Amino acid sequence: MSHLLDVKNLEVNFKTYGGEVKAVRNVSFHVDKGEIVAIVGESGSGKSVTVQSIMGLIPTPPGKIKNGQVLFDNKDLLKLSKREMQKVKGSKISMVFQDPMTSLNPTMKVGKQIEEGLKVHQHLSKADAKKRAIEMIKLVGIPNPEERYNQYPHEFSGGMRQRVMIAIALACNPELLIADEPTTALDVTIQAQVLDLMKDLRDKMNTAIILITHDLGVVAETAERVIVMYAGMTVETGTVEEVFANPKHPYTWGLMASRPNPQADGKERLVPIEGSPPDLFSPPKGCPFAPRCPYAMEICLGEMPPEFEVVSGHTAKCWLNDPRAKMAQEEIAAGRVQK
Amino acid sequence: MSEVLLQVDGLKKYFSISKDQSVKSVDDISLYIKKGETFGLVGESGSGKSTLGKTVVGLQAPTEGKIIYNGVDVATLNRKEKSIVNREMQIIFQDPYASLNPRMRVGDIIAEGIDAHGLAKGKERQERIYDLLDRVGLVPEHAKRYSHEFSGGQRQRIGIARALAVKPQFIVADEPIAALDVSIQAQVVNLLEDLKETEGLTYLFIAHDLSMVKHISDRIGVMYLGKMMELASSDDLFAEPLHPYTQALLSAIPVADPRAKRRERIVLAGDPPSPVNPPSGCRFRTRCPHAMSICSEAAPVWKEVQANHWTACHLYN
Amino acid sequence: MQTNSMENNLFRPVSPDQKATETIHRPSLSAWKETVLNILKNKLAVLGVSLLLIVVFLAIFGPLMVKFSPTEQDLLNANMAPDGKHWFGTDDLGRDVWSRTWYGARVSLAIGIIAALIDLVIGVTVGGIAGYMAGRSKLGDRVDTIIMRIVEILYGIPYLLVVILLMVIMDPGITTIVIALSVTGWVGMARLTRGQILQLKSQDYVLAAEKLGTSHAKIILRHLIPNTLGIIIVNLTFTIPQAIFSESFLSFLGLGVQAPFASWGTMANDSLGVILSGQWWRLFFPAFMISLTMFAFNAFGDGLQDALDPRNRK
Repeated sequence: MSHLLDVKNLEVNFKTYGGEVKAVRNVSFHVDKGEIVAIVGESGSGKSVTVQSIMGLIPTPPGKIKNGQVLFDNKDLLKLSKREMQKVKGSKISMVFQDPMTSLNPTMKVGKQIEEGLKVHQHLSKADAKKRAIEMIKLVGIPNPEERYNQYPHEFSGGMRQRVMIAIALACNPELLIADEPTTALDVTIQAQVLDLMKDLRDKMNTAIILITHDLGVVAETAERVIVMYAGMTVETGTVEEVFANPKHPYTWGLMASRPNPQADGKERLVPIEGSPPDLFSPPKGCPFAPRCPYAMEICLGEMPPEFEVVSGHTAKCWLNDPRAKMAQEEIAAGRVQK
Repeated sequence: MSEVLLQVDGLKKYFSISKDQSVKSVDDISLYIKKGETFGLVGESGSGKSTLGKTVVGLQAPTEGKIIYNGVDVATLNRKEKSIVNREMQIIFQDPYASLNPRMRVGDIIAEGIDAHGLAKGKERQERIYDLLDRVGLVPEHAKRYSHEFSGGQRQRIGIARALAVKPQFIVADEPIAALDVSIQAQVVNLLEDLKETEGLTYLFIAHDLSMVKHISDRIGVMYLGKMMELASSDDLFAEPLHPYTQALLSAIPVADPRAKRRERIVLAGDPPSPVNPPSGCRFRTRCPHAMSICSEAAPVWKEVQANHWTACHLYN
Repeated sequence: MQTNSMENNLFRPVSPDQKATETIHRPSLSAWKETVLNILKNKLAVLGVSLLLIVVFLAIFGPLMVKFSPTEQDLLNANMAPDGKHWFGTDDLGRDVWSRTWYGARVSLAIGIIAALIDLVIGVTVGGIAGYMAGRSKLGDRVDTIIMRIVEILYGIPYLLVVILLMVIMDPGITTIVIALSVTGWVGMARLTRGQILQLKSQDYVLAAEKLGTSHAKIILRHLIPNTLGIIIVNLTFTIPQAIFSESFLSFLGLGVQAPFASWGTMANDSLGVILSGQWWRLFFPAFMISLTMFAFNAFGDGLQDALDPRNRK
């Protein structure tokens, strides 16, 4: 069966005055219909650049897609003309951004902004579009939809604006919704509302969602599969259950140990990942995480690890999964070595 | 250990926005922080937690109320005493990008307090800078670079070194990790914890990340729309939150374990009201799942419901 | 067996020095150096700077390159078209247009730069005081309000009116023009500076400095001025050509520089009557120089503005 979205060997570079920065390095992943896939990573990990290339939002120059395919319904989005892409963007794939204030037009009524796409892509009549817009406002849980239809963005709070963004994104029944840190700018109680809403809408409309976040808690509660990115590469992928129960990459371990465990008493000392992420200006020759990895081996410094499939669908780019690393594995199992 | 370092009495900070309207950012807050303690302050945006922090260190003048440091009301200090208290209370900011002057070298940024108080000159000054860099996990070469060349976590450590340079006693950490990546947050939190031991510091740690606040704090205060809702030791607060707002807040923390059974999520309806026109009576009543008629009529009293566990809620009257 | 142990060696744990990842590999770059690099990448800005340098060079050395003085009359050689001897031709009194053009450049540039510098000093001081005092105390707020009211009033007066009034009480000339340009010219700079200072004052690093006990003078010198300077310089690159143009315009109207001094404006004015008789060079050279200088300053200013914009930083 073919996937809804299939990203293959994506490579994106950015030109800066000092040379080229390799922002995305050979990234491959897929998303199936109705699935929520989370991409986790820190700033500079390439997670935003990856989805921006899917949406054709990479500014060129300075950006350049060096290699790869983005197959959506078996069509390569990277080969589409601007106009064809525009069509896909409005009707089949849509996007929600981190900051709802800058993505809404402040001088246009909220209802009209929801209608815009409906008129262009679905050719609805004025009355039908309005009906659908009010329906969408209601669907995303905003009270008094008729009244809200005629209001401007500044009359909405941050959480409500993000709901409006989701309403706009979902108005045309897209097959894929890309949400780039949709709750980062929101308060905890509002974040919970928005995440619940997204899950709920997925259940109702069967929209696949790519959720970009840096919060493992959000991943665990919302997504079915997770892709962990580091230094422009996917370092671990798998189902959320599998990756959280049995992580196979030291970076994933590090992310988990960096957070206090609210389940336990939460007072034990945190185990941070020491050091700083590599400058993608001149990434290390071997594994990009090796310089910060407490379990690094000789080979990690010199050779890029291949993708090891731990169990079906769970992959990790780490030499520790090589059968020859048995000694190191045993040591880690025995007590997670030095630290 | 039980000596009180900082006490805040009936503190109010209003910002007037027009002739007869003002934002009551901090409205009648009282608390104390013991020497060597970490006091966590949580709340959502608009709760007034940052304003409280800035007012406590003296970056903003209180509208009303007292700030008592080391047993002395800071408003009664003379110029010289004030300068000493000022030096002993420092602040670490949220945004590591806005908190360092882009036109200054890191060494000069760190030495700013040393220069201002004339603590060291020449070679000794240089050595102090290197020592401070080392204490926050950076290297001497960094002294001659500019702040924009550093990552967020490194910048935050520079900000911490700058505060440490004047040998403070009390530090307000105003959301020091909110802008940092997850793996870097732990570095900074560990650093703050280590420094607390080695330098004998006392913290007011402001954050919206509840798990981190629980981790670092001895006691926690929960703020909502300028009012303190609940105050208890961090263990008690998490084990048995009394105020419905605290309960909702705790239930909203996403848990990084797909198989964990988490608290039943209490979804709060709506958004926080505007601090210009806060609701009458209890400020939380418009979103409270347990709101009663009395909640709109009278403000709940601040009451010690259990030993050392305070809250302001009509449910416990 | 041998290869096997080699393999095993590869999988031997090493403990990388994690602190090494804190090293910054890129060369150290101050914000000012970065600005210069950014400008050098901007072709239009480089062109602007080059043109400016050429104009300044010729204003200094241009008249020395020929043996004619700008005021020497030679009626036998009046109204000559440009040739190998008189590169820009001669005017109706036989004066060499080349040397007059570069003498005029001196007057024009000097007036532009002096007027802009006066704007700068008054504007930055007044705006800086207003911005720094605002919000500090009741008194500070009052100082700010009074200063800004005065600025607003001056802003409302058309400068042509000021010039004409000044002409009534003073003789036309370089000093009068400079005064006329400065009386109302500084208010733009004052507004800009005040806005910048107000914004910078609430920056965390200024608050931190205050908390660390840094004196007012040092806060101004180390934090506020260096971070406002860029925008002020950009503004200067727009006010200098403005002043040059205003001078030319006033001189053209006869309100400016008086004979025997020449500026680009008076030269253009003098040649208006003869343009129909085909002596194009008399109007062309001063007018061309005015346009070229305007363009050069603006191209440079635009480039500088882009170079200082933090959004263009990588």
